[in-house]
Amino acid sequence: MPDLTTPSSANSDEAVGLEDTSDHDLIEIETSGAVGETLLEVDHVTLRFGGVVALNDVNFEIRRGEILGLIGPNGAGKTTCFNAMTGVYTPTEGKIRFKGKEIAGTKPHKINHLGIARTFQNIRLFPEMSALENVMVGCDARHKSSVVGVLFRSYRVRPTEAELPESGIRRSLAKVFGVSRHTLEERAGRRRSMELLRFVGIADRAHELARNLPYGYQRRLEIARALATEPELICLDEPAAGFNPAEKEDLMGLIRRIRDLGHTVLVIEHDMKLVLGVTDRIVVLEFGSKIAEGTPEEVARNPKVIAAYLGEPDDAA
Amino acid sequence: MSQILDAYRGLRLGDRWDGAPTVVRWAVMLLVIAFAFYLPYLNILPFAYIRTDLTSSGSDWASVLFLVVVYMIVAVGLNVVIGLAGLLDLGYVGFYALGAYSIALFGSTNSPVVQAMQSKFGLSEEWAVPFAVCIPIAITMSLIAGVFLGAPTLRLRGDYLAIVTLGFGEIIRITARNLDNVTNGAAGITQVPVPPGPEIDGRAFFNTIDAERWYWLALTILILIIWLARRLEHSRVGRAWLAIREDEDAASVMGVAGFKFKLWAFAIGATLGGLAGLLFGSKQQYVEPNAFMVNLSFLFVAMVVIGGSGNIFGALLGAFLLTYLPERFREFVDWRPFAFGVALVLVMILRPQGLVPSRRRAREFEDRRHEAEEAAADA
Repeated sequence: MPDLTTPSSANSDEAVGLEDTSDHDLIEIETSGAVGETLLEVDHVTLRFGGVVALNDVNFEIRRGEILGLIGPNGAGKTTCFNAMTGVYTPTEGKIRFKGKEIAGTKPHKINHLGIARTFQNIRLFPEMSALENVMVGCDARHKSSVVGVLFRSYRVRPTEAELPESGIRRSLAKVFGVSRHTLEERAGRRRSMELLRFVGIADRAHELARNLPYGYQRRLEIARALATEPELICLDEPAAGFNPAEKEDLMGLIRRIRDLGHTVLVIEHDMKLVLGVTDRIVVLEFGSKIAEGTPEEVARNPKVIAAYLGEPDDAA
Repeated sequence: MSQILDAYRGLRLGDRWDGAPTVVRWAVMLLVIAFAFYLPYLNILPFAYIRTDLTSSGSDWASVLFLVVVYMIVAVGLNVVIGLAGLLDLGYVGFYALGAYSIALFGSTNSPVVQAMQSKFGLSEEWAVPFAVCIPIAITMSLIAGVFLGAPTLRLRGDYLAIVTLGFGEIIRITARNLDNVTNGAAGITQVPVPPGPEIDGRAFFNTIDAERWYWLALTILILIIWLARRLEHSRVGRAWLAIREDEDAASVMGVAGFKFKLWAFAIGATLGGLAGLLFGSKQQYVEPNAFMVNLSFLFVAMVVIGGSGNIFGALLGAFLLTYLPERFREFVDWRPFAFGVALVLVMILRPQGLVPSRRRAREFEDRRHEAEEAAADA
């Protein structure tokens, strides 16, 4: 049982090529529960597509504050499992509970509002938006302005001293009539998005269109966009796909820093080195079934896992 | 110096506009608005050629301007639906008709609805619902129609939505024609009320002769609408629409309530369509089903597409061209469908993103073209 209260290995934070992000102003997210308690529970989930069994009685839990790895060979059902958790598919049998509440069958955007965000294996940014705007869409998930509020600036709030305009008539007006919630949210969203871009290390190209960003930047932008929705659980679907070893090293540092902000992280990955290096616990799937679960050391020694990855030795048959 | 100038010229108009000082922007805006208000009196020689009443057979200039502005309101509304939310609505005339019929049904003494109310509540024969009350009624009716049409159909994507909305436009018109005891059927409703106003020279302020007053009224409403529409575009709502247009599933996973925002786009579009219809019906003072044929829907879509969808100013230009040009060149009236067809084909071939597209839209078109070419190369 790993100690969840401290980062699993503090030595690897010397990320290469990343901007210094130690001075970011990101507020740690509010967590309503204690570290180590069950956050998400996949309870005997089976998912069938016609005759194909994509997930077979899969059963595991994600604990608050941990980095959980979900691994398995190609086609093992990792992404399907992800999709079931984020509302894209509804399980045929079994339940998925988030903070004790059943979420199977809930619409994807509602699941996001509950506090689960994800990235995609094949990057799915909004290509015609700038990097900053992509992240702002994520921030909007937590914003409350309505269409009517945006149109008529009808919902006024009393601004704090810091939010007041600096001088002149605008300041007096804001004092008397308040400031529209939309304006404040827009401003806060923009600022937070910039901070997130800085956090993942791509702030230098904030105003470029997402489609023009290099591959590694796009991957990180997806993470920033997911973080913007202030998730308690963030699911990364093969975040290191196509990365070279140096970039993978960076990514491991980033994943740890995400956890340190208070997010729980679920990461699907092929690369065993990365998974073993960054996770607290690992769940292994093969052919839609769970074949092992445990700490990285336990999993790395598990003969079933070795067989799944390297194949059965011939004389075992 | 010349280098700076060259660099300046290289910038697109939008960039120059964004880069200009606030004072300049306000000054330009006020000048444009002032010029727009002055247009009905335009009589300075080289410019006067744009008037449509130079020959005796020409149409009344102010009336043409009024129609242009009404269609501009339509185009701004339809641009929200097609250009921003990416929903192809081929039945927009339905909302336009609803707006016109709402004011006629409740505001005209000639309408069977008003007559029924008169006899039921023992009111005088001159009584009708006051104009000021008709406006919210018309807006609410078209809004509700938008939500009713949108709620079940917005779950459809692409072509299916287009077909359903096409049907909706026809349903409204055919219903209006056949419900004799509600809408007077094909005979239409006369005495549609006009906005109240002081009498001048013994005539009501808004009458059939002084069309420039109608134009000014519509123009004022249009300016307000553009101002509000731009607010939407540059907010979380506009971002949500764009996200839905680009990748609906990813948007949904990022917490964008796709259906809700699409329904809002539809409702906003419907409301603006209804408002334009209200202005049209009130100015004509006569509403009949044949004024709302399905080809008007196509004209509306063509305005947005030719002008450049996704860009308010593109939609405005489209509305202007497609309304003004046929009126200006009335002597070639027989050639109108031909010219319209040729123009549409030319635009689709040479500039499928529209004359003044939003830049994002232009790139989306470019991407799709590449995809199609690659697919063709593969096959």
